[in-house]
Amino acid sequence: MGHFADTFLNWAVMAQYAPKIVEGTWVTIRLALAVVIAGIACGLFLSVLRAFRFRAVNFFIVFAVDVLRALPPLVIIIAFYFALPAVGVRMSAWVSTWLALSLVLMAFSEEIFWAGILAVPRGQWEAARSTGLSFLQTLRDVVLPQAVRLTIPPLTNRTIAITKNTALGAVVAVGEILYQAQSAYSFSYNPSPLLLGAAAYLILFIPVVYFGRWIETRFAWKR
Amino acid sequence: MEALIRSFFNFDILAQAWPILLAGFWMTLLLTLAVVPLGFAGGLAVSLLSTARSRVLKSFVIGYVDFFRAFPPLVLLMLVAYGLPFLDIRLGAFGSVALAFFLNTSSYYGEILRAGIESVPRGQLEAARSTGLSALQAMAWVVLPQAVRNVVPDLISNTLEVIKLTSIASVVALPELLHAAREAQALTYNATPIIAAGIIYLVCLWPLVRLLSRFEHRQIALH
Amino acid sequence: MILDVAALHKAFGHLEVLKGIDLRVNPRELVFVIGPSGAGKSTLLRCCNRLEEPTSGSIKVEGVDILSSGVDINAIRRRIGMVFQSFNLYPHLDALGNVTLALQRVLKKSRSEARDIGAAALQRVGLAEKAQAYPNELSGGQQQRVAIARALALEPAILMFDEPTSALDPELVGSVLNVMRELRESGMTMVVVSHEMRFARSAADRVLFMDHGRILEEGPPQKIFNSPEHQRVREFLVSIER
Repeated sequence: MGHFADTFLNWAVMAQYAPKIVEGTWVTIRLALAVVIAGIACGLFLSVLRAFRFRAVNFFIVFAVDVLRALPPLVIIIAFYFALPAVGVRMSAWVSTWLALSLVLMAFSEEIFWAGILAVPRGQWEAARSTGLSFLQTLRDVVLPQAVRLTIPPLTNRTIAITKNTALGAVVAVGEILYQAQSAYSFSYNPSPLLLGAAAYLILFIPVVYFGRWIETRFAWKR
Repeated sequence: MEALIRSFFNFDILAQAWPILLAGFWMTLLLTLAVVPLGFAGGLAVSLLSTARSRVLKSFVIGYVDFFRAFPPLVLLMLVAYGLPFLDIRLGAFGSVALAFFLNTSSYYGEILRAGIESVPRGQLEAARSTGLSALQAMAWVVLPQAVRNVVPDLISNTLEVIKLTSIASVVALPELLHAAREAQALTYNATPIIAAGIIYLVCLWPLVRLLSRFEHRQIALH
Repeated sequence: MILDVAALHKAFGHLEVLKGIDLRVNPRELVFVIGPSGAGKSTLLRCCNRLEEPTSGSIKVEGVDILSSGVDINAIRRRIGMVFQSFNLYPHLDALGNVTLALQRVLKKSRSEARDIGAAALQRVGLAEKAQAYPNELSGGQQQRVAIARALALEPAILMFDEPTSALDPELVGSVLNVMRELRESGMTMVVVSHEMRFARSAADRVLFMDHGRILEEGPPQKIFNSPEHQRVREFLVSIER
């Protein structure tokens, strides 16, 4: 048991590297927020664009969304960071990670929003248009408010899953929690920092999971 | 355009890298065939435990599920792969990946199946018990088949995520597809292997994405 | 003439639902449309505000050809009020919100002006005190009356009712019919598709019988209900009585 404590709960090592882990936590938070904002905003935009039913545009949207949902996020990050420079596009590790994860969240949230828009009964469109509201007004004031409420549960689940993927940034040396924990482990050859990093993730994400549950219950209205 | 082909679609490089990529593909396939059934079985066990009458057992299950859903899989993998050897538990790359994946995916499958079981009306279980079936028989022959049928979209979605997740095994040097691609890229100084790996993932997973899309629409529409 | 429909045809793919409809509705008239299901009654109404696009023919509302290419359909739709069988109230807005949405967005009224007009419309249908209620807190009859208020608030030239009481429990039908009666008495031009024959007898100016996409017979309610010319009409009326 003492051996276990020395190995995994080595306070000296943890204390030494705690500041780095905290630094990493801020990076994780910033990265996650940037991904959520960009991903969901773009996903919503694409789903609204899809509502106009321009054939050519829709073909590209569906194609892009399918690709982004089929590829492992890590592959996209690696491709952005290691492959793109070959054609002159050089993005920093942070940008590569942010862009990759945002595109993936955009794709998933577009599908979710679109399914929500489709689920709003036709009668709602007809009633609104019958009072003279334009297509855009109907979308904005009648359809989207209803569609968005339907999408909250799957959207929060998916968003949480993708923000956890910020850990993938460690693979391309983005200074987030896992990277800091990993470096600390390499330097000290003691796995305690890894445990500290894990704790940091749990402290961050367990509240997020509960926050997600709270949002779900708040936005469900009785039909 | 020239540069694009030379950097990303270079057939000479592809020919060189092909054996490595193929080996990686088989490893990914092997990994998938190992972790998906394992994770599903684990999830089944978890979901059955959640139907137990004991409060303690129920809280344990909820805790287990919430814990591993909040934990980024890559962090879990690192802890298992790099931390366990310190306790003289050497699982090797494949073993570490299998254990980490088991813990992670069983919690997701468990949550999905638990929701599925809850969606089966109580009357089904009561009717089955009334004909003399034991609790286990009723669960196996009456409740579970319906539960699984009710959550097929979520099961497919999660399986897709698990297959994509295998790419993180590359970080602990398991020679699966992404790892092979990065290795080939390092050897040839050319990004074609990464693009090739991406295309292989796409070809294999795109049908699953399309299937999932159709289910998702039906699911949100039946809110 | 408020509504002038001439030679209206509507086909859904190969299925011809309207096979040449001529209909003229004068101000303050209540035109009642009856007929078996599948006759095209709903389709006719829905063509009149272009919820369905006619295949051929012409439709003029207050003299404006609504099928011509340059027409502002949103502006036209303000002049045509539509009440649906399934009410189609917006679930995320309360009753007042439902009524004032178009007032604010389409007629560009200020918030307070819209609320005043909306409250007055709700008053007219007898639901002034339910202004803050959400659709899921209202009975079917109340929801339909809010739907009527929503259409009324825009002060349309003509109100179309597509089976307004068919989705209601029998004891709630009366409240909606009373509102429709009151509207008729105040001079609103109305076209009503419905199975409420007693209402038609007492309130309609003209009754149209439609079958298989055509108007078979047309005339005052006494004539249609008591001594119709067509055999088909007689058969239909008998089947309804049963």
